[in-house]
Amino acid sequence: MTIRKTPKGASRRAFLTSAAAATLGAGAARAAGDPLITEIQPWAQGFGDGVDATPYGLPIEYESDVVRRNVEWLTADTISSINFTPIHALDGTITPQGCAFERHHSGAIDMRKQDYRLMLHGMVEKELVFTYEDLERFPRESHVYFCECAANSGMEWAGAQLNGAQFTHGMIHNMEYVGIPLRTLLAEVGVKPEGKWLYVEGHDASSNGRSIPMEKALDDVLLAFKANGEALRKEHGYPVRLVVPGWEGNMWIKWIRRIEVMAGPVESREETSKYTDTLADGTSRKWTWVMDAKSVITSPSPQSPIPHGPGPMVITGLAWSGRGAITRVDVTTDGGKNWTEARLASEGKAKALTRFYLDLEWDGAEMLLQSRAHDQTGYVQPTKDQLREVRGLNSIYHNNGIQTWWVKADGRAENVEIS
Amino acid sequence: APADGPLELGRAATGEEIAAWDKDVSPDGTGLPAGSGSVEVGEVLFSENCASCHGEFAEGVGNWPKLSGGEGTLADDDPVKTVGSYWPHLSTAWDYVNRSMPFGNAQTLEDDEVYAIVAYILYSNFLVEDDFVLSDANFLEVEMPNAGNFVIDDRPETEYGRFSGEVCMSDCKEAVEITMRAAVLDVTPEDEDAPATNVDEASVEI
Repeated sequence: MTIRKTPKGASRRAFLTSAAAATLGAGAARAAGDPLITEIQPWAQGFGDGVDATPYGLPIEYESDVVRRNVEWLTADTISSINFTPIHALDGTITPQGCAFERHHSGAIDMRKQDYRLMLHGMVEKELVFTYEDLERFPRESHVYFCECAANSGMEWAGAQLNGAQFTHGMIHNMEYVGIPLRTLLAEVGVKPEGKWLYVEGHDASSNGRSIPMEKALDDVLLAFKANGEALRKEHGYPVRLVVPGWEGNMWIKWIRRIEVMAGPVESREETSKYTDTLADGTSRKWTWVMDAKSVITSPSPQSPIPHGPGPMVITGLAWSGRGAITRVDVTTDGGKNWTEARLASEGKAKALTRFYLDLEWDGAEMLLQSRAHDQTGYVQPTKDQLREVRGLNSIYHNNGIQTWWVKADGRAENVEIS
Repeated sequence: APADGPLELGRAATGEEIAAWDKDVSPDGTGLPAGSGSVEVGEVLFSENCASCHGEFAEGVGNWPKLSGGEGTLADDDPVKTVGSYWPHLSTAWDYVNRSMPFGNAQTLEDDEVYAIVAYILYSNFLVEDDFVLSDANFLEVEMPNAGNFVIDDRPETEYGRFSGEVCMSDCKEAVEITMRAAVLDVTPEDEDAPATNVDEASVEI
């Protein structure tokens, strides 16, 4: 009779076990009634925590499996590495900052607002230094955008590898940002006519310098200092990061310290050695900035099996596009033979995550689940094989191919590829 | 009020401040400081500062990046992408080593030391002789083998037409087969306190 309490660190697998125990228990107690109802429970009698117990709270312990996860073998160390958002356990679209993925190249640095400086220089009328306090005095905007690592799903180019949506699609988060449009700061320094590119770098040792064309900078790029209502987390660039809507996460420079207006691109390490996409013939694409339309079913999925057997169930997932709003998501349960249009939880927002649902009466048979996103440009999410036909297997980045989950009769799911 | 003119916030950056932070080097050599370094000196510096991760010959240790080798492998099943086989511009090597290496102790190398280390990386890729001296004067004479093999993002031409338009909604294919399974590979981190055997028991009960 312990359904209310799963052990600390329990996963959805453990949940399955306790769900089974509860089913048995409820059967045995059926005559008398459920003791959770017929017996007075401690929480109905005594006190809960006082309002002074938790000045800043964390999730309840029973949700302790909803955490960022690391895959040790992916990188040489954990300093220049990646972890994964538990998208299999989340719903809606806003990612809780505390479990939103991290990607650093020389670790998450610790910087006080008092120590923060931002320099704008190069081909400008006035080369300026701003303090954090200065930045808060500029007019602000607020927008929701996804930040997806260029390498999200990158381990899946050669085939099904990691068993869980968190690992295959979790290099992503979606937050409500508040900050200053970059165009406002560029107006403050006065861009000279020959200034066509920006070179932007962070305060950290890796610097993560990237070149950004002026057109994008003047369009929708933000210098953000708030995310989901509060200051950025340390690991997400506190106190100020770049938000580059729709473009690969590497360009979302954290701990931003310098913006140089230039005539041409720097062709830095992060846009030559990395974040270039090698094709089958050995040539490589560079400046593949936009993240194309993509989707994934987050539940059921390998880390989120069906615990309840046949009957009513909810299929849910996320869709997004760097080129605009999601207009539609199709779902198949038979590996793409037949598709049904899913229900969008709310109208797609440009360059932000969109939640979709398909409410199903499951007959308990095996399913091959897929989702297929459409964006406002008319682009339809391709299959992995369609992408491979164009690019081969070695482009590392920008894998937006359709994901398949094989749901078995017992409710468990597995990452597979199908014909 | 919205800013239609400057708000006069911030203050002028000094020349010393800009010089302290503006270290980037562009492919045409813009940003390179005066200086030079030889393969010979670079070999010693590399051994002291870099080889513990990148190997004595820049060939890489364990999972750490290989900086040399991989010539002619870019169209192979497993391309080896190094400074020699892949990087289009020497400026990037100079800039990145100067600003962000050694890993954990960045921005500790003098300009001449960076020239020497970059000269040694070129030598380890068989791109220069062992008596080569790299300097700001001859920097642009070094040819990077893969420089011509990058194209600007061509997805609008090569993919967007192909991946747009009407989609099939019913009777789209006759048969579906599973061709690959992640569980067979078994490289996903497991939750320690939830042994997989529990799943089977639970599934039976449910």
